[in-house]
Amino acid sequence: MASATSSDTFPQMGSLGDVHMSAERRLPDSPVNPVMETRDLNVFYGDFHAVHDVNLAYGRHEITAMIGPSGCGKSTVLRCLNRMNDLVAGAHVEGGVLYHGQDIYEKNVDPIAVRTQIGMVFQKPNPFPKSIYDNIAYGPRVTGMKVDNMDDLVEEALRGAALWDEVKDKLKQSAYGLSGGQQQRLCIARTIATKPDVILMDEPCSALDPIATARVEDLMLELRNEYTIIVVTHNMQQAARVSDRTAFFTARPDETTGNRTGLLVEYDLTSTIFSNPNDKRTEDYISGRFG
Amino acid sequence: MSIAATTARETVQLATGRSRERSPGSLVFLGLLWFSLFFGVMVLVVLIADTAIAGAGRFDADLVTRYDSTLTPERTGFRAGILGSLWLMLFTALMAVPLGIAAAVYLEEFADSRRWYNRIIEVNLQNLAAVPSIVYGLLAVAVMALIGIERKGIVLGGAIALALLILPVIIITTREAVRAVPEEIRQGSLALGATTWQTTWRQVLPSAVPGIATGTILGLSRAIGEAAPLLMLGLASSVRFDPEGMMSPITALPIQIYGLSSSSQDAFQEAASAAIIVLLVMILGLNGLAIFIRNKFQRSW
Repeated sequence: MASATSSDTFPQMGSLGDVHMSAERRLPDSPVNPVMETRDLNVFYGDFHAVHDVNLAYGRHEITAMIGPSGCGKSTVLRCLNRMNDLVAGAHVEGGVLYHGQDIYEKNVDPIAVRTQIGMVFQKPNPFPKSIYDNIAYGPRVTGMKVDNMDDLVEEALRGAALWDEVKDKLKQSAYGLSGGQQQRLCIARTIATKPDVILMDEPCSALDPIATARVEDLMLELRNEYTIIVVTHNMQQAARVSDRTAFFTARPDETTGNRTGLLVEYDLTSTIFSNPNDKRTEDYISGRFG
Repeated sequence: MSIAATTARETVQLATGRSRERSPGSLVFLGLLWFSLFFGVMVLVVLIADTAIAGAGRFDADLVTRYDSTLTPERTGFRAGILGSLWLMLFTALMAVPLGIAAAVYLEEFADSRRWYNRIIEVNLQNLAAVPSIVYGLLAVAVMALIGIERKGIVLGGAIALALLILPVIIITTREAVRAVPEEIRQGSLALGATTWQTTWRQVLPSAVPGIATGTILGLSRAIGEAAPLLMLGLASSVRFDPEGMMSPITALPIQIYGLSSSSQDAFQEAASAAIIVLLVMILGLNGLAIFIRNKFQRSW
């Protein structure tokens, strides 16, 4: 789907295979007024240094992809963004994660409040063992959101996740009766029902077949108009298809212990990363020479 | 080359007419396994059949509707024991279930297992499950003395002893049921902005209910057959009224059986045998209920 103008702008596109760039837009080189930022972010699990000095800015209504080989710390960084790493015993964060300028790791910040603003969709679809309706209504209920009409909110969330037409006649049935792709879109609907600002997605399509993956990717592009999306993916084509900016991570073994610490190699517009990367390691990775 | 190899392979004799699975060594071992199984089951069957035959003459309505009687041994009944045991079960459950579930939820969902005091609790819990039941009887006597209740052989004392007895069982089975709830469910709930408490109350516990119910019922079916701790608490073997409350003196079915089986009169021996079958039916009924709940409600993730 690469248009004529974009191939003019990025003449090297063809050299990396026919990667479709449907998400391509005109964007400034770096995010203006970023919604979230990490500042010298370091993450430790006990003594293990998992992530080293990550500085990233996530733009409003943009999709930011974080890619890299296994163990490069991309999921760890993602889980810091809504303090889900707090749940890992021994996890410890240094540096800052700013959300609209507020450091969410400051002492007086309530992680529960953070998570109502910054929602998360997981790798494996994880619907609750409840009805489709109750899956959606759960978030607003537990956070004490003021809801005039729950039925309307459920419909709105399901429409937002492009699932309404498929499930409108079986809202009271168990969510476990849905297919894997439908379950994942239900989880996205469940997240947007709490009206978050940012949606984090941790390899949202890795458990789905190609058709279900395409539907989730289409959905991400639609959601971009209202939400800021940060996605971790193993699938480089996916990053190229949906994301506006891409951050490439890699793992560096420690010289003495051999522990692999993740670090950010390069962060740029997706079109640049995939056509004209600055760093040799990025180029090697996206052209399939390693990882 | 490859054709020659294939041809050679075809000449290997497969139809030897004997199986190495049926070699003498295997057959002897199989026979030993069968014998062990047969022995175990046989002892149980003989025991139950013998008891049932011994008590056969007393399977009548009097057995469950009348109080015990020394004047008409052939019409003595176990009404007080059956009702007493049921009351004990009710109050045991009322005490042990909330405590056990709360303790298990704390240990699984809230406790930091790296803290030394939580590790001590863990170790002690495993040991508590192996403590002889009579020790819990002693403990309940001490508790009753502490709270200043001097009446012997009442519902409260017996229920405290039995609740303490089955508490470790309930805690351990509840922990297993809670642990079986996938981590993804908790994470999904927390990521929506739910608190740990909301997640536990609205996601984890409802999913764990079948496992908790099964463990509780199995614990109760162990408690209903206990006599030793109840003897420590001074439960009488003969009571001629129905229990009326927590402070009501009672007897229990195992205690009545114990009392009558040492009697010299044949009619009492017969009644005791019949009562054993009644007790077994109650226990099997509870176990059956536990299996039913497990099969009907248990979720596969």
